[in-house]
Amino acid sequence: MAAVLGATALAGCSSTGGKRAEERAAEANGKAAVSTPRWTVAMVTHSGDGDTFWDIVQNGAEEAARKDNIKFVYGHHEEGQQQAQLVQSYIDQHVDGLIVSLAKPEAMKDVLKKARKAGIPVITVNSGSDQSKEFGALAHIGQDESIAGEAVGEELNKRGKKKALCVLHEQGNVGHEQRCDGTEKTFTGKLEKLYVEGTNMPDVQSSIEAKLQADKDIDAVVTLGAPFADTAAKAADQAGSDAEIDTFDLNAKVASSLQDGSLGFAVDQQPYLQGYEAVDLLWLYRYNADVLGGGRPVLTGPQIITKDDAADLAAYTKRGTR
Amino acid sequence: MSAATAPSAAPEKTEDERLAPRSAVRRLLGRPELGAVVGAGAVFVFFSIVAETFLQWSSFSTVLYASSTIGIMAVPVALLMIGGEFDLSAGVMVASSALIASMFSYQMTANVWVGVGVSLVATLAIGFFNGFLLTRTKLPSFIITLGTFLMLTGANLGFTKLISGTVSTKTIGDMEGFPSARKVFASHLTIGDVDLNVTILWWFGLVAVATWVLLRTRMGNWIFAAGGGADAARAVGVPVNRTKIGLYMAVAFGAWISGMHLLMSYDVVQSSEGVGNEFLYIIAAVIGGCLMTGGYGSAVGAAVGAFIFGMTNKGIVYAQWSADWFKLFLGAMLLFAVLLNAWVRKRSEAGK
Repeated sequence: MAAVLGATALAGCSSTGGKRAEERAAEANGKAAVSTPRWTVAMVTHSGDGDTFWDIVQNGAEEAARKDNIKFVYGHHEEGQQQAQLVQSYIDQHVDGLIVSLAKPEAMKDVLKKARKAGIPVITVNSGSDQSKEFGALAHIGQDESIAGEAVGEELNKRGKKKALCVLHEQGNVGHEQRCDGTEKTFTGKLEKLYVEGTNMPDVQSSIEAKLQADKDIDAVVTLGAPFADTAAKAADQAGSDAEIDTFDLNAKVASSLQDGSLGFAVDQQPYLQGYEAVDLLWLYRYNADVLGGGRPVLTGPQIITKDDAADLAAYTKRGTR
Repeated sequence: MSAATAPSAAPEKTEDERLAPRSAVRRLLGRPELGAVVGAGAVFVFFSIVAETFLQWSSFSTVLYASSTIGIMAVPVALLMIGGEFDLSAGVMVASSALIASMFSYQMTANVWVGVGVSLVATLAIGFFNGFLLTRTKLPSFIITLGTFLMLTGANLGFTKLISGTVSTKTIGDMEGFPSARKVFASHLTIGDVDLNVTILWWFGLVAVATWVLLRTRMGNWIFAAGGGADAARAVGVPVNRTKIGLYMAVAFGAWISGMHLLMSYDVVQSSEGVGNEFLYIIAAVIGGCLMTGGYGSAVGAAVGAFIFGMTNKGIVYAQWSADWFKLFLGAMLLFAVLLNAWVRKRSEAGK
């Protein structure tokens, strides 16, 4: 069986792209740089399965953990209740530090109180900047979604856009609403929302296509996640619309599309930084009792990325750290 | 049994009423897809009135594309339902199929077509696994395919992460064989002013083949018999187990086509893709007149069901209704279509 597969693979080799091309690019793997005891840090987020964004956060956290000689463990669940249970299980394991996202703050309130009682330092990342201090976290590291949205609105103004479409791929996600609302706040043109089914790419495409056909005045489409930007570009192409496609967040595909001009700009909140800084800060706290931000959130974004920046970032997006 | 032993109610009647010739209208009324066709007409007229852009050719091709991506799966899913079974793993299987093709090509640095072939074999194997386990264990298909659904969801994420290091696959857009594969699975054809996605052809092709199998072949009779009453069918020599395994493999084949479309049109695949879509396929089949209990339905009906879904889904966007209410509109429209469908069917059965 293996021999047959191997033979077919050899017979049908591709001389372009693929794993072989990737292997030429160097990997970003560091070594432990400190000799502090091996502490354990747990991270619990509200990510769903297979989310690109959280994957990058995790990569950042793992990288920092390697350097700081920390054992890093990760759990996630999109429901608040389940997320709280995961946190509880890490408290039971007496981890040396906790990193949590507060997308559903109320569900996390009690369990974080328990963490504090058990003497485990907590850092909040990504969402929950308002509740972080109140719940007794050392610091909050993340982007304010509204501020990120406002940056998008301003950038759209700069580009002279009149009517924009905000594509939400998860109905009921507070952060997503904040992004669109933030954009609406600073954008001088008109902004409309469109909900699409995020787990069904062809549906995302045909919905955007339909919207662009129905409303010819739309001259900008803003997607809220990197994987949807390319789909939106295809939809605009199909609908014969020359609307500019812009997006929140970054991935390899977005970086290359920015370079070839099929995307206008991307606003990055640097998820890698959120994971990396959180772990590193827990190490600093254990080692040196350092805290950051003075009770105020430490912002990791928004950073507007256009054609020129994208070229420099391409290598980093490819290895999954930007 | 009981019919044979029961005393004949009308001994003087010599002619069997089942053999009596029926008029063309009667025959039309007896078709399973009639309700769906009427429903489709109603939805079409409705959106033609409330959405001015709905009647453009370009809009029509978008609606057809949306319908085809559901329809490609709804047709084999409908056959499976006629055969009396469900497949909850159908949505995720699409993603699995795309992931296998993408990762095999990438990791082996092989021609994209090699990955496409490997994926076909692997996907059919998953379908076989479903059918084999079902016929062997005699457990309800709900349980078996729920198990497969969960396993595939986990495997999609786990393997993608393990092999690619991230939650989506790497691009295969620059690899050999990709352009020709894209032509087959994700190209566009321009006929006059209308731009048609190639998935529409796949869809129509599948409907034609499925209809032919159902109505003109022995296999079709087996499917109806297996769904109508497995034990009775077995008693008259229908290979029920083989039929059911075959139907699961047909669903897997549909998943492979959809998966290849997904891969070739976006060249990277998210490992979380497809979860929940199995319900869309079942909904389309049910709107199209398939009974949840099996033994009744048609491939054309499932296609019309997918078309209703596509029209409703995109019609709401064309009508420019507030996005906040999107799902409410969608649910109400679907319920309306199914109710109309049921009403028409009842009327037609009463008239028989």
